[in-house]
Amino acid sequence: MGLKQNLHNIREKYRGTKMAPAFNALHTFLYTPNDTAHGGTHIKAADDLKRTMNTVIMALVPCLIFGMFNAGYQHYLAVGEIEAVTSGFFSSEFWTLQNFSLGFWKILPILLISYGVGLGIEFLFAVIKGHEVEEGYLVTGMLVPLIVPIDIPLWMLVVAVAFGVVIGKEVFGGTGMNILNPALTIRAFLFFAYPTWMSGDKVWVEGATERAKEIIAGSNADAISGETILGGLAQSHPIDYSVADMFFGFIPGSIGETSTLLILLGGLFLIFTKIGSWRIMLSSVIGALVMGYIFNLVVAAGWITETSNFYGLMNTEFWHHLLIGGMAFGIVYMATDPVTASQTNKGKWIYGFLIGFISIMIRVFNPAYPEGVMLAILLMNVFAPTIDHYVVQGNVKRRLKRGKLKTA
Amino acid sequence: MSKDIKIKKGLDIKLIGEAEQTLENAVISNFYSIRPEDFHSIIPKLIAKEGARVKAGETLFYNKDNEAMKFVSPVSGEVTEVQRGPRRRIDAIKITADKEQTYVDHGKFDLNADAEKTRAHLLASGCWAFIKQRPYDVVAKADSTPKAIFVSGYASAPLAADLDYTLAGKEAELQAAVDALSKFTDGGFHISVGKNSNSPLAGLQNATIHKVSGPHPSGNVGTLISQVDPINKGETVWTINAQDLVIIGELLLTGRFNAERVIALAGSSVKKPRYFKTKIGSEIATMVYDNGVERDGNDRFISGNVLSGKRVQPDGYLDYYSNIISVIPEGNDYELFGWNKPVFDKVSNTRALTFSWLTPNKKYDLSSNMNGEHRNFVLTGNYEQVFPLDIYPMQILKSCLYKDLDEMEALGMYEVAPEDFALTEFVCVSKQPHQQIIRAGLDLMLEEIG
Repeated sequence: MGLKQNLHNIREKYRGTKMAPAFNALHTFLYTPNDTAHGGTHIKAADDLKRTMNTVIMALVPCLIFGMFNAGYQHYLAVGEIEAVTSGFFSSEFWTLQNFSLGFWKILPILLISYGVGLGIEFLFAVIKGHEVEEGYLVTGMLVPLIVPIDIPLWMLVVAVAFGVVIGKEVFGGTGMNILNPALTIRAFLFFAYPTWMSGDKVWVEGATERAKEIIAGSNADAISGETILGGLAQSHPIDYSVADMFFGFIPGSIGETSTLLILLGGLFLIFTKIGSWRIMLSSVIGALVMGYIFNLVVAAGWITETSNFYGLMNTEFWHHLLIGGMAFGIVYMATDPVTASQTNKGKWIYGFLIGFISIMIRVFNPAYPEGVMLAILLMNVFAPTIDHYVVQGNVKRRLKRGKLKTA
Repeated sequence: MSKDIKIKKGLDIKLIGEAEQTLENAVISNFYSIRPEDFHSIIPKLIAKEGARVKAGETLFYNKDNEAMKFVSPVSGEVTEVQRGPRRRIDAIKITADKEQTYVDHGKFDLNADAEKTRAHLLASGCWAFIKQRPYDVVAKADSTPKAIFVSGYASAPLAADLDYTLAGKEAELQAAVDALSKFTDGGFHISVGKNSNSPLAGLQNATIHKVSGPHPSGNVGTLISQVDPINKGETVWTINAQDLVIIGELLLTGRFNAERVIALAGSSVKKPRYFKTKIGSEIATMVYDNGVERDGNDRFISGNVLSGKRVQPDGYLDYYSNIISVIPEGNDYELFGWNKPVFDKVSNTRALTFSWLTPNKKYDLSSNMNGEHRNFVLTGNYEQVFPLDIYPMQILKSCLYKDLDEMEALGMYEVAPEDFALTEFVCVSKQPHQQIIRAGLDLMLEEIG
């Protein structure tokens, strides 16, 4: 009784003051408020926005933990201390404390900065504008560490998160009002503000950048290649990862995006809980496969040959596109953001399909930065209201027609 | 003629405390109260001043816009108090009932009379108040002609009074009301009954009977309208509660306005949920305490069902249109980690660590707690799962919030009533007040377009 009563007293004391939202945010984290329905329905369903967001976070945790192991694995593999995995998803080479420990200490600061800076800004805006702290950032804060490269300098992350939260979300009025997905806004900011860091073959494996500097300084150690599969394909390098590696996620890439298996499980969990839209996920996959298949046909028809810049990615088997890069992660966790996606069921089909379709198109035609899914989702975020407009107009026209038939 | 209507989208919320089918006569209430706010948008012009003596069925006030439209007393007695709110708005008219009831005699009505005579008779006798119209979900305009009339004889809301039971034996009154009212329209008198029900409405002549099945809101009259003959711009339909047809019918047959009504007392706070015979406007205290709720309990009293009813105090009154009093626990307590722990004792239409999907037949004891805080609209697609009308619920709610009259009209505002949005409000993770938003939107349209 003690804690509950004390917190209640503090809440009453600060009610209506500037600091109330900040206190309430912490209070409601512990206790669901004692507010009762006033008018309208006198009973309410069990879910609130916190529960919804928490469900998404639960779906992300496996990717985060896998990312920690993978960070260590990629590093030790590159420096030649360990052997590549041989026996499937539960290979003993991968799930070692050494791998985890390196990744954990590397990723923890990124996670703390993502939540610290983002939530700090949320609290600030809540206090200034006098609204409650909204839960949207709980998911964004989790997404951000998963979509950045392991060797990102922390100051860049601070700048990007601040930009993303303020420009991507708060200026529109907070969660529910934003046009662009805040996590992707942060990612896009990083990419366009610091392009030399965010692409190329150094930033994806812990230590590669460091080693490159040492070599320039005269060290005679071997360079670490941290090239991602997409980066390799874009330059038509041979790829020495098996499909199983790609599916399980034993490949370099952004921290949480590599394991298609875990993303798939996360996606199924979101669909099962009815939090994520299966329409968007399914149609995005279809869109990506269609575009990938078209490119395969183009190659098969002989219009593009090995001399072309696009050959490497165009010749990639169409379904492999789902396994490499951020495609799966983007489809499951980013495209389905309910605020920035299409809001009508029919619109979701169109929106998702175009995301998949355009992702692969950008991936193939933009060799400088072969990850198209980020740009495709941001582009479709902008078009989602237009898609919805035409879907809703269909309903409006049907209604008008019904009226005319009557009077005729 | 019978047509089947099957609804797939919706949600049955099963609650503890459904009324048992035993009927008691409620203790006769000493005081009755009529609240003009029950007749939304009507501005009352008071006739029966404080101290006036009225008979049952005698006019208390009329509609300021149309003097012919009377609103009458449910009982005979003395007007003891007229409670007023800000700007001398009449909040309630309180009547102390006589021991011996006397009725105004309107005379037996000729059921073959034409529509205009019927209209005048209903307006003068106070029965017009039972006729509501859409668009706007208000008491029908005195000169309106409906394209069709709709009555729901199937109550699908949580804990709702079983109309098969409360209307039993009233076939003659129901038939009289249908005969008289069906003259107003060429579009038919449409009545819905439960698919497997034994409704006294099912055998009525001069009406089209629709058998409905599926989850709530299959029994909402709005669902029936949308399935049978949706409202277009410029059209009006009438809706009448099934239990009010009985009062209209009795008036036509006997000349008396008999405000008697069988109502349910239900909800998990009630020790012995059951049915009562009582009258419109009677004190709920006459029913709720005997074998009912604890006197010092922490409960919420609702005149109406838990989704769309009005909150009343324990010393409050049964409102003009309701046939149920629901009593549920007041949920004004904190819940530790309520937002992330698995939930087994609450209803949800998601599966986000909520497990009501595992036990579809379990009955729940829900309180009035919000289970969260008010937020902007975030989640999409969950309203559509419980909303069977051919309307985009989130889009129409938003258009009401930003008051775009053209858009509200285009999206189907003429077709809806607040109660159609009760389920979307229930499942809303952002805890937005949907019914209030729709009511405000309808009021705005009524004011601007009329």
